Amino acid sequence: MAGNSEPLSPRAKLAVTAGKAAAAVSRAAGRGSGSVIGGRVALKLDPDLLAALATHLDVVLVSATNGKTTTTRLLAEALRAAGPVVSNALGANMPAGITSALAGGSDARFGVIEVDEKYLAGVARDVNPKAIALLNLSRDQLDRAAETRMLAEKWREGLAGTEAIVIANADDPLITWAASSCPTVVWVAAGQEWKDDAWSCPSCGGVLQRPSEDWFCGECGFRRPIPTWALSGDHVVDPYGAAWPIRLQLPGRANKSNAAVSAAAAAAFGVEPKVALERMYAVQAVAGRYDVVSFLGRDIRLLLAKNPAGWLETFSLIDGPPAPVLLSVNARGADGTDTSWLWDVDYTRLSGHPIFVVGDRKLDLAVRLEVAGLQFRVCADVDEAVRNAPAGRIEAIANYTAFQDLRRRVGN
Amino acid sequence: MSDSSLRVVWVYPDLLSTYGDQGNVLVVERRARQRRVPVTRLDVRSDQPIPTSGDIYLIGGGEDRPQRLASERLRRDGGLARAVENGAIVFSVCAGYQILGHEFVNDLGRPEPGLGLLDVVSVRGEGERCVGDVLADIDPALGLPPLTGFENHQGITHVGRGAKPFARTRFGNGNGTGDGTEGAYNDTVFGTYMHGPVMARNPQIADMLIKLALDVKALPPADDQWYEALRAERIAAASQPA
Repeated sequence: MAGNSEPLSPRAKLAVTAGKAAAAVSRAAGRGSGSVIGGRVALKLDPDLLAALATHLDVVLVSATNGKTTTTRLLAEALRAAGPVVSNALGANMPAGITSALAGGSDARFGVIEVDEKYLAGVARDVNPKAIALLNLSRDQLDRAAETRMLAEKWREGLAGTEAIVIANADDPLITWAASSCPTVVWVAAGQEWKDDAWSCPSCGGVLQRPSEDWFCGECGFRRPIPTWALSGDHVVDPYGAAWPIRLQLPGRANKSNAAVSAAAAAAFGVEPKVALERMYAVQAVAGRYDVVSFLGRDIRLLLAKNPAGWLETFSLIDGPPAPVLLSVNARGADGTDTSWLWDVDYTRLSGHPIFVVGDRKLDLAVRLEVAGLQFRVCADVDEAVRNAPAGRIEAIANYTAFQDLRRRVGN
Repeated sequence: MSDSSLRVVWVYPDLLSTYGDQGNVLVVERRARQRRVPVTRLDVRSDQPIPTSGDIYLIGGGEDRPQRLASERLRRDGGLARAVENGAIVFSVCAGYQILGHEFVNDLGRPEPGLGLLDVVSVRGEGERCVGDVLADIDPALGLPPLTGFENHQGITHVGRGAKPFARTRFGNGNGTGDGTEGAYNDTVFGTYMHGPVMARNPQIADMLIKLALDVKALPPADDQWYEALRAERIAAASQPA
């Protein structure tokens, strides 16, 4: 194993041990997995630890506004065909969580790492990745996050000249802008339903023209690159024109898109699309997302949607009317404290569904749905909503902390 | 009431629709229709001319570069100024509010001319970004209940003599000038820093614009139960900062 050929320095070893001890204390105190606190302690003792841990691995980084946890999981499954994988599978995607995850995988050959958008350039510098997969960028938590276009600009600067193979979604103009400073890019036509963060050219500010699937700037000529991989319906088309069926247990177009990017990334590590895609079928749920649980005698499917682009993709995968829909929105720190984004979501798509509304910010949702002309019922809690829902599997859509609350309540 | 429909223009959604402010358009549309006033909504992209025949023009917030591009294109187009001369009503939020003034600071850190439709000048604050729930009292001359909204801006806006502050803050920053003013308005042009969106939190503002546009004193009542519940919750939240 590569991991044994160059042992960690004594300082790095000490840092790993101290980090694990801190994580154990945190776990014992009932404060979650402890991976973040462990990573923090370890990085404090050895700031170069992340780089040291990564030198023994072939690393691929995954970043995006939406789909990074799922894609990390799909890609990890695919690469397991070629060797042991270490991954921050639970979504702890800032440097401390990443350090902690890597410290736990001494036998691994591959590191499949989800990275928070804000940290991508820094982590890419530290771990010298072999590949970087970039899926999409759209508005998210604007009360605390950087502007979406600025994020693309930072990626562009931070990744310029990277030695990594960059696998990038050619259908997202912001991703294209971010990746086009990289020397080696594999463009994937992975699609993107949400278009409202890329009407102006990331290069010159001109108005982007978007005839059917193409896009280009009429003023400066910045345009959609020619993809070598493509998502085409239920298939991934590889650079040789071969179409490979995508069979996933995960629902929705967005996950097919995640699988297409994962297949292209796996190919960069020598894993053939057929093998990669077959392995992705094993993924059933990702950190509770897409799980179907039984609660109060009812089936509930748990769906996470954190921002307008995520809600749009989620609406397209739920069962049609009259499937009951439960919506839950919070606005705690991790969600972003501004709920204005609810108005960028087209809730008229839920027309015909019986709708039940819960969560800290149910009144914001109530006004939103009222203005959309929908019928809905505001409930005190999940139990009341489930008890009142008409027959059928309940599609429960929640944003970040609301999703955690929901999982806790239904015992997932 | 005129027998033609109320023409609502949503200005530059490609540049100035980043913070949910299109909710203002949806609320105006909804509340007009509930009063049996037919509405025509027109979304005008920044490569299209601004029509001069609209009744109500709504402008939202956007990021720094799109704000500069929007100001350049609106100045070049000239349609909004002609509409205001024709008596149109304009309601603007955040970046849109700054654009309606004489000047603001653009993404390159330089002063950028606005449209001069509202007597305000905006500069960039040096301190922390103003983020959070706001509670304010709207100018009593407008006869509206307290203003609730969510602010998220770095700008500081000074209100000149040709305009009046739209509201006085009880909690939150508003114009950021330290004198408690929030937003600005003259006869038909309004500006505010409030997102939320502001009309979802304060549907009475949407009603005011509709009444001004139709030149009527009152509108039939609408069912405000959810708006009122939301207002009560947000007013309480703003009054007890975390």
